[in-house]
Amino acid sequence: MTVALSGDEIGGRLEEQFPGSVVETGLNSVLVRSESLVKIATFLKTASGLEFDYLSAITSVDYNDYFEVLYQLTSIKHNHSLVVKTRCHGRENPTLPSVVSLWRGADFQEREIYDLMGIRFDGHPNLKHIFLWEGFPGHPLRKDYE
Amino acid sequence: MEVDDIAKQYVYSDTELDSAEGEAIESLKAQSQQPIPDSDKWLSEELRKNILVTSVDVVVNWARRSSLWPVNFGLACCAFEMIATAASRFDIARFGMEIFRASPRQADLMIVAGTVTWKMAPQLKRIYDQMPEPKWVLAMGACAISGGIFTGSYSVVPGVSCIVPVDVYVPGCPPRPEALLYGIRMLHNKIAKNSFITEST
Repeated sequence: MTVALSGDEIGGRLEEQFPGSVVETGLNSVLVRSESLVKIATFLKTASGLEFDYLSAITSVDYNDYFEVLYQLTSIKHNHSLVVKTRCHGRENPTLPSVVSLWRGADFQEREIYDLMGIRFDGHPNLKHIFLWEGFPGHPLRKDYE
Repeated sequence: MEVDDIAKQYVYSDTELDSAEGEAIESLKAQSQQPIPDSDKWLSEELRKNILVTSVDVVVNWARRSSLWPVNFGLACCAFEMIATAASRFDIARFGMEIFRASPRQADLMIVAGTVTWKMAPQLKRIYDQMPEPKWVLAMGACAISGGIFTGSYSVVPGVSCIVPVDVYVPGCPPRPEALLYGIRMLHNKIAKNSFITEST
């Protein structure tokens, strides 16, 4: 079975590598600053012993004060997994960096989050509606929708 | 250069296609806020039919209901019950309906099996419009009847009767194949009451 890596352990390693980038660590998750998301993701994908080569899913949660986006990473090579979380503030134009350049699987997932939750992903090659039609008002999965 | 010009004329960009789709959905949504009232013409026809009863009616209606070909149109989980109805255990072929046509041009009955979203609605309308007369629509399951658990949702049509006129409603979530067969038998009875002469006037 896939081993869930300890968030505290990986978080410590990330903090050592990129000081000031980790906000909080959990049992099997790491909360990072959105500014350092791409470099942390690159590190997690390429560092030997980690090599998270597969992005299982991206989840986004609306906590009213902020949006939290979770990247569920898996390494097929080492058969282990980790959850990387990041937050973005503001309801008008919340923005996060895109990870499509690292994992192609993020393409449709980020479009879905953009469509339903209204979070923009900087650097996404084709950020437009995926489920809803062009001209649909609002973002239906937000807590304050309608 | 010339090829580019021709391409510009006939090949649409993604943006153009997306906005055309959006406009089509919005305009259909604006037109279909109210359900189309169910026709009761076939009920009051009873008396007139007794006067105008012809053997032509009987033969034509028998022919129509005995080979009612459904169009191959499954939208959600109800489609699996429809497939089960068509398969050997329940065997829709007993009623002359074994051929699910992949083309609406060759079909008489549209079984709307599942949730109709606003994004699917223009396609549903197009398929209905492409079917030749006479045609019938059967709304299968709670979603097709009223939107079901998705009534009031941002993306779901509150009943397929907002878009096309419905002849038979089969409730259930999803309806058992027996229920669908019963609904189809009811539609047969309805077709049997059709008057060929009054229909054309």
